Amino acid sequence: MKKTFRILSAFLAVVLLVGCFVSCGNNTSDSEDTKADNPNKSDVTGTTDPEESEASGTFKIGFIGPITGGAAIYGTAAMNGAKIAVDEINALNGNVKLELKCEDDVHDNETSINAYNTLLDWDVQAIVGCVTTGPCVAVSAKAYEDRVFMMTPSASSTDVIDNKDNMYQICFTDPNQGIASADYMAENMPDAKIAIIYMNDDIYSQGIRNTFVEEAEQKNLSVVYEGTFTKDTSTDFTVQLTAAKSKGADLIFLPMYYTPASVILKQASDMGYAPTFFGVDGMDGILAMEGFDTSLAEGVMLLTPFSADAQDERTKTFVKSFEELANDIPNQFAADAYDAVYAIYEAILVAGCTADQDCETICDALIEVMPELEVSGLTGTMTWDESGAVSKTPMAVVIKDGNYVLPTND
Amino acid sequence: MKTKTMKINKSHKFNSFDFITYLFIIIAFIIVYFLLSGGKLNNQQVGWIIPVCCYMTMAISLNLTVGILGELSLGHAGFMSIGAFTGVVSYIAFSEAIPNTVLRVVISMIIGALMAAIFGFLIGIPVLRLNGDYLAIVTLAFGEIIKDIINCLYVGFDSKGLHFIFGAFSKKTAADLKLADDGIVIINGAVGVSDLKLPSSSIAETIRANAKASGTKIKASVAKLEGNTVMFIIGAVLVLVSLIIILNFIRSRTGRAVMAIRDNRIAAESVGINVMRHKMIAFVISAALAGAAGTLYAMNMPTLQSTKFGFDTSILVLVFVVLGGLGNMLGSMVAAALLYILPELLREFSTYRMLIYAIVLIIVMLATNNPLLKNFISKICSGIKSIFAKKNKKAAVADNISGGDNNG
Repeated sequence: MKKTFRILSAFLAVVLLVGCFVSCGNNTSDSEDTKADNPNKSDVTGTTDPEESEASGTFKIGFIGPITGGAAIYGTAAMNGAKIAVDEINALNGNVKLELKCEDDVHDNETSINAYNTLLDWDVQAIVGCVTTGPCVAVSAKAYEDRVFMMTPSASSTDVIDNKDNMYQICFTDPNQGIASADYMAENMPDAKIAIIYMNDDIYSQGIRNTFVEEAEQKNLSVVYEGTFTKDTSTDFTVQLTAAKSKGADLIFLPMYYTPASVILKQASDMGYAPTFFGVDGMDGILAMEGFDTSLAEGVMLLTPFSADAQDERTKTFVKSFEELANDIPNQFAADAYDAVYAIYEAILVAGCTADQDCETICDALIEVMPELEVSGLTGTMTWDESGAVSKTPMAVVIKDGNYVLPTND
Repeated sequence: MKTKTMKINKSHKFNSFDFITYLFIIIAFIIVYFLLSGGKLNNQQVGWIIPVCCYMTMAISLNLTVGILGELSLGHAGFMSIGAFTGVVSYIAFSEAIPNTVLRVVISMIIGALMAAIFGFLIGIPVLRLNGDYLAIVTLAFGEIIKDIINCLYVGFDSKGLHFIFGAFSKKTAADLKLADDGIVIINGAVGVSDLKLPSSSIAETIRANAKASGTKIKASVAKLEGNTVMFIIGAVLVLVSLIIILNFIRSRTGRAVMAIRDNRIAAESVGINVMRHKMIAFVISAALAGAAGTLYAMNMPTLQSTKFGFDTSILVLVFVVLGGLGNMLGSMVAAALLYILPELLREFSTYRMLIYAIVLIIVMLATNNPLLKNFISKICSGIKSIFAKKNKKAAVADNISGGDNNG
């Protein structure tokens, strides 16, 4: 009896394993199908005429982001955004084509470096990534040594671009986000009593908080309370919320990713505490979160350069392709990655690179043209300075009926 | 009873299993060395080498606590983190005093190990008075405490020396360090270490500069390879030194006492073994080696945050130990290498990667407990042993008997 059981369990394990391989196989062929479908449906053109450039060949573009794990919602959105951009560019049938390879980094520095090394072995020529800040700081240091051009869609810390000429950002830097938030508040709600809740073991959250507090002081905003939490205590915020409430805060600034923010919104609503919540770009994605009651996010304000219900032709096409690819409404990360691919594409056109050059040559050529480059993408018209930081206009949106809309001043 | 005495007698001599362990590891390192210096490894594989050396050291050092001392420690990553951060601080602080990169890495490693040993001693005082589950829970707590303390720590370095502040109870930032103009922030609280200039690239730069001075030119990729090779040698030496320390410790008088405590604490006490003292020795050695491994880990990462050394990493190392076999050093080293590389090899499966990883773990656990397979492996082992025994005709008969007894 025991022996039969053992044989049975071994058999089941093998079946499980085989099942896994089979399902993986299906999955890849599925995604290839969608890839093959997509180019025909897109009809958007870039701003530079590809005919005029001497750039040619199929360039290998790598993508690094968290496709699994805790930050997967950003990584997969960005990956799909990048895929759409690549498909669109290839559908143009110009001289320059792109080939995309996506590697998972699980939002872990060590794995991210492994992902980067894997891309190097594939002879990558430029990288879109990393999506999250911590891994991006680690990888950018390696890429700087190896001379690989990197364009991060969403890693917003200044540590990412500091002292590295090969790093460029699509998103705002943390200081800019903190300053922009404080400026917006000073302009639109100068009398608010502000409470800040931030994650003090996270570069992103801490970085925005620091510049926000500095700018708020200069603009004479009253910050009545600051509460901190860490990765391990991000499941209960009753202490911070009660303290904020008792200090009379009517505006809570949440420089953090959406997962802890969703808990805060839930617990505040349970407490019957309804201040205005103000988030930053990490808050983007909260509406797409599984099991989150979107009515809780009603009235939340956040700073984002992209709004999926914008009415211009390009956004509409992008949202449509994204829905076909991922069955979801794209968030800012998807748009950032989309723009990152276009920015690299345009830079390649301007620099006149050819696909047989190695990553070092391409990197130097791209760095040369970046300061003069102007790319108009989904997230606005972008220019870059020498440091790699982007300049474009931030936009505050408010969540209404489960959608981002521009705030009305009433 | 007969087997017991034989085992004890045997442990005085050079154990043949130890010999296999050394042989295996040295051969593996030599193969890796030639592949690496010959440029036969791709970037991905080169990237694995230092973390693997580091996790191997972590695995054998934890195996000393879990397998030999017999106490379940769930906070081993805490010692790794102490070693890592101390190592980085001393690496940067000595950058002018000791210009030679290799020497500086080694000294940082020793300082990291010493610091971890001090913490191991302090933590050991309360922890080792406990037993079993209680000890496991308290080590878990200490691991988390170390992580949170480093989270609040700011360290800077300027011409006047090192500056520390501890910002747990007030909202301090790196600006409060009040560094001179030439100062640099080494550990910036929760942000940790960022932009560390890696020793491997410093070595590569020195090689290129030297070549330039003597009139020849060396390609950047060649110099990089050279830098990686030097770091690999440091890593390999760390693993070997740790292995020698641990295996010799196990065969020593103290080590036998430690194992006696593991097997029967009361009996050990009754023959006059100082339980607390012996437990402490094993625990501190284990912590010190973890600290050295942590320094090596830090020397390979441009950025470092204390959150990396949480519960997850402790459990990861424990998985290496359990999978490789409690008390089996070779096993845990092989497990560390394989389990580190496995998820990377499975990159092809993208999102299914960790699922397959888990299934492989389950299958290996089931398979190693399968009596049929166990019998097969022990037959191979005794086969290898008898080959060695034949060479040494004098001890041939005795070895064959004991080999059979050990594995039967």
